[in-house]
Amino acid sequence: MKELERARWRCRRGLLELDIVLQRFIDKYYTQLSEIELQQFTTLLDLPDNDLWDMIATRKEPEDGSLLSVLRLLQTA
Amino acid sequence: MAIARRKFDAVIVGAGGAGMRAALQLSEAGLKVAVLSKVFPTRSHTVAAQGGIAAALGNVTEDNWHWHMYDTVKGSDYLGDQDAIEFMCRQANEVVYELEHFGMPFDRLENGKIYQRPFGGQSQNFGGAQATRSCAAADRTGHAMLHTLYQRNVRANTQFFVEWMGLDLIRDEQGDVLGVTALEMETGEVMVLQAKATLFATGGAGRIFHASTNAFINTGDGLGMAARAGIPLEDMEFWQFHPTGVYGVGVLISEAVRGEGGYLLNKDGERFMQRYAPHAKDLASRDVVSRALTTEIKEGRGCGKDADHLLLKLDHLGADVINMRLPGIREIAIKFARVDPINEPIPVAPTAHYMMGGIPSNFHGQVVAPYKTGPEEVVQGFYAVGECACVSVHGANRLGTNSLLDILVFGRAAGNQIIEDLKKNPHHKPLPADATDKVLARLARLDAQKDGENVAQVGTDLRKTMQAHCGVFRFADMLKQGVTKIGEVAERVAHTEIRDKSRVFNTARVEALELDNLVEVALATMVSAEARNESRGAHARDDFPQRDDDKWLKHTLYFSEGRRLDYKPVRLKPLTVESFPPKPRIY
Ligand SMILES: Cc1cc2nc3c(=O)[nH]c(=O)nc-3n(C[C@H](O)[C@H](O)[C@H](O)COP(=O)(O)OP(=O)(O)OC[C@H]3O[C@@H](n4cnc5c(N)ncnc54)[C@H](O)[C@@H]3O)c2cc1C
Repeated sequence: MKELERARWRCRRGLLELDIVLQRFIDKYYTQLSEIELQQFTTLLDLPDNDLWDMIATRKEPEDGSLLSVLRLLQTA
Repeated sequence: MAIARRKFDAVIVGAGGAGMRAALQLSEAGLKVAVLSKVFPTRSHTVAAQGGIAAALGNVTEDNWHWHMYDTVKGSDYLGDQDAIEFMCRQANEVVYELEHFGMPFDRLENGKIYQRPFGGQSQNFGGAQATRSCAAADRTGHAMLHTLYQRNVRANTQFFVEWMGLDLIRDEQGDVLGVTALEMETGEVMVLQAKATLFATGGAGRIFHASTNAFINTGDGLGMAARAGIPLEDMEFWQFHPTGVYGVGVLISEAVRGEGGYLLNKDGERFMQRYAPHAKDLASRDVVSRALTTEIKEGRGCGKDADHLLLKLDHLGADVINMRLPGIREIAIKFARVDPINEPIPVAPTAHYMMGGIPSNFHGQVVAPYKTGPEEVVQGFYAVGECACVSVHGANRLGTNSLLDILVFGRAAGNQIIEDLKKNPHHKPLPADATDKVLARLARLDAQKDGENVAQVGTDLRKTMQAHCGVFRFADMLKQGVTKIGEVAERVAHTEIRDKSRVFNTARVEALELDNLVEVALATMVSAEARNESRGAHARDDFPQRDDDKWLKHTLYFSEGRRLDYKPVRLKPLTVESFPPKPRIY
């Protein structure tokens, strides 16, 4: 029930750029994610702000290739 | 209702650079310390700082703390307290070396010393050649600082309360501060955290403006809590704006765009900066460009259906230059303005960046207020550091990279002061019987509200009111209307309604409580700005374009109760050196 709320709060970041992109992602895609994608999203949210932003801005690729599908969605948000 | 209570030696609200530096000092001294944070500590807004941290190490060009002090006093437009500024500049090298020792990965020069870069406002020899004073860890100085301090605190057994929101201060009849009430977001429980020392390090409040570079968590909670507990807020009219934020979202577009040849246009396609700064044009200083944008908007030459922004054109630079020299900017424009600057101009507006005002404190981190007999009485048990505090080292205008220095110096100083104070007061004072009455009433009001207003809607109106009436460039009539309008917003904040009343992880409740804090900061800002009939530093009045030292060389104090103002003198006397008397500020 409260998973969406928790995720929404964990999208509150130190970088404004991330705040905005993550909020858009939640509004647009969150409810359509599969179990596996939800897990991937949680893993991405645990990254430090700067690393996550670099990945969204396509300056950096995640070491764990399985995160790519959710990352691609984040990049379009 | 019985409320759970926990006791600590010290409770710190805020786990950014300031809070974690103070916590480290206390934990390493063996005290029992709780640090509360709305978000995971390393996601605090300090992570956004890229430029660096100022300290006169002299690794690149000759430098010393006295020159740094002069620059800071001048930058503050003489509103900074010179004792505190001397204290900060003298300690700068030490806190930077200490951070290096903690493991901070500073960039290095070839000789192995800490790398330094030049920044605006830094000079040698009291206003001479450019100094090179900012120490950096690539473009991730804040990030590196937070991670370094967090690791160190974990080792020192600092107890973190993550996703806990401080709600209100607890004061007794003597006015002493005895702790805070806080909300654990996961459970929705309210708890009393009782402490011999309570330190606020809740950061800035840029979210009172529609356009801000600040992250969403920067809602000025510490200021709201202090104001509700009868503590005044100091110099709230002084906010630093950056001229080019992405319209509507505030994300920073750096000066590099204009440096590469980009320029600003109004709705008639006119290159308007020529009228305001015939020589420097688009490369004039931040405050000049910010004021020009605001004037264009006010005079009806803004773009878009609300005529509320300008355009930053760079397509004439060509795709190659943009892709090669400004890739990060193109990224931001596409993501946040939905325009590709290779083809179209970027809509921009001035964006709020840094809060110079805050909770009045001295250079020991103690909160001081005119509440007993003197104008600067220490509020026993209460401390504030970082962007939420007004020491005041930044006065009317902060110099770039001085705030990361501020949070380290005063974080450490407050820690040391608390250690001393607890030797004298080793016991917890008893809590007053009504310690939680007010906060519980506030929560109960929110839960019981019927036919109230939507939090997001009232928040938007608050931000738009601040942006329109109390932005970069201030006009008497707009300020006057602004005071009325923000009063109306405050009335609506008192009647917000949330639909979700559940306890577990209720973010709607958290956002409603944040709005209670935002409105205190907004009121303080508007009322203080309306009253200050001069232009000084970041406070620029159309009707009073000059600085007026005879009447206004003084700090503003805003009291929430009665929305009343008071003033106190600027501390012009440094600790050991001669005072720097006010002079015209020319760069
Ligand atoms: C884009 C940008 C770039 C910058 N670059 C630089 C730079 O290069 N150099 C420089 O010197 N300065 C820079 N600054 C300014 C500087 O980053 C900040 O002033 C400074 O980091 C503030 O640190 P702080 O510890 O006071 O607050 P923050 O880092 O904002 O931390 C506040 C903490 O308080 C917590 N908190 C808030 N309210 C509550 C509550 N109710 N309950 C519990 N916890 C709460 C938050 O969770 C957070 O942990 C920059 C600012 C911006 C916006």
